[in-house]
Amino acid sequence: MTDRRTWPLYEVFVRGKRGLNHVHVGSLHAADDEMALHHARDVYTRRNEGVSIWVVRSDHITASSPAEKDPFFAPAADKVYRHPTFYAIPDEVPHL
Amino acid sequence: MHAQDTTALEAGFQATVAADQRIEPRDWMPDAYRASLIRQIAQHAHSEIIGMQPEGNWILRAPSLRRKAILLAKVQDEAGHGLYLYAAAETLGVDREELTEKLIGSRQKYSSIFNYPALSFADIGVIGWLVDGAAICNQVPLCRCSYGPYARAMIRICKEESFHQRQGYELLLSMVKGTDAQRLMVQESVDRWWWPSLMMFGPPDGDSPNTLQSMEWGIKRHTNDELRQRFVDMAVPQAEVLGVTLPDPDLRWNPERGSYDYGEPDWAEFKAVLKGSGPCNSERLARRRRAHENGAWVREAAMAYAAKQAGRAGQADGTGQADRALDPANEEATV
Repeated sequence: MTDRRTWPLYEVFVRGKRGLNHVHVGSLHAADDEMALHHARDVYTRRNEGVSIWVVRSDHITASSPAEKDPFFAPAADKVYRHPTFYAIPDEVPHL
Repeated sequence: MHAQDTTALEAGFQATVAADQRIEPRDWMPDAYRASLIRQIAQHAHSEIIGMQPEGNWILRAPSLRRKAILLAKVQDEAGHGLYLYAAAETLGVDREELTEKLIGSRQKYSSIFNYPALSFADIGVIGWLVDGAAICNQVPLCRCSYGPYARAMIRICKEESFHQRQGYELLLSMVKGTDAQRLMVQESVDRWWWPSLMMFGPPDGDSPNTLQSMEWGIKRHTNDELRQRFVDMAVPQAEVLGVTLPDPDLRWNPERGSYDYGEPDWAEFKAVLKGSGPCNSERLARRRRAHENGAWVREAAMAYAAKQAGRAGQADGTGQADRALDPANEEATV
C-alpha cells in the first residue's frame, strides 16, 4: 500500500511538564518532520498536555522484542545482588 | 511454524490476557484476535470521523459565539479521536489509507447512530447528552481492553468525551429554561434520538455472536444489554432534571432489580440502518468520499514539497542522506 505519495508514519513523544520525561503518546502521518510536529500539537496536545514534543519517523526506531521472558532481558534476571534488599543488615544499624 | 510452537505462543497469549496484562503490538497474537481488533477499532475510528458530519452542519448556524466555539472544539475532538484510533489500528499492521478506502467503499461499517440527521439545534444538545453519553458507557470499559494501544487511545478519548456530554446537557438545560417553543424543540429532539441511542450498544445479547469471544479475549468487559441497562439507569434521572419525557411507555423503575425496565428497541430498523437504508447513509459516505478525493492534491503536494526540501538539504550537505529519507516508511513498524 505504501508508496511515495503516502505520508510516512511518525511516533510522537510528549513532555507533560517540566521535570518529566517525554512519553510516547501515539503516532500520526505527516509529509515531513515539521508537519509532523504541527500535527502532533493538534492531535495530542489540545488541552495543555505538553510543554515539549518529539516526533521521530517510525522506521527510524530500533526496538527490542516486547515479551518479558525474552532472553534479551535474561542477564538482568539472575543478578539479585544488584538490589539493596540482597544485603542483610542488622536492624539496629540506623540510616542504611 | 510448528504446531507445537503455536501452542506455546497461544498459551503465552492466554496467560497474559488471564493475568489482566496488556497485549502489545509486536507480541504474538491469534490471527482471529488481530482481525477482530482491526474490525472493531476501524469501525470505531470511522464512527468518530463520520460523526463529525451531523454536528459539523451546525457550526455555521450556532446561535452564539460561545456555542460556536464549543461546537467547533467538539468536532475537532472527534477528528482527533478518529486519528488516535486509526493510529491504534495501524499498530496491528494495517494502514489508515487502506481503512479509509474500505470505509468509502462500504466494506467497513461505522456506528448506526450517525445515519440519523441533526434537524434542530436542540439535536446538538441531545447528541452530546444521549449519543456521547451512550458512547461513554461503551468506552469506559474499553480503557481496560486487553490490547494496549486501543486501551490507551480509549483513556485519552474518555477524558475528552466528558466535556462533550456536559456541554450537551448544559445546552439543553439552557433551552428548557427558555420559552415553550424551546422546550418543545428539546422534547421533539429527545423523541427522535432516544431509541437510536439505545441501539448504539448493539444487538441484544442473544443475537450478538461476537460478544462471548470478545469477552474471553478481554476486548469487551460487559455484554451489550448490561451496558444498555447501565445507560438507561443513568439517563432517566437526567431526563427528570431536564423535565423531558423519554418516549418509552414501558419505562419504569423495577425495585426488585434496582434498575429501570425499558421497552425493546426496533431491531428491524437497527438492521436496516446498518445495511445502508438509514435516513443519511448515502449522504454521509458520499461526503466522506468527496472530502477524501478533494484532499488528494493536498496530500500529494505536501509530499512533493517534502521531497523538494529534502533534496535541497541533501545537496547542501552533500551527504545524499536526503534520498534515503525519502524511502517509504515501513507502516507496520509502529512500536
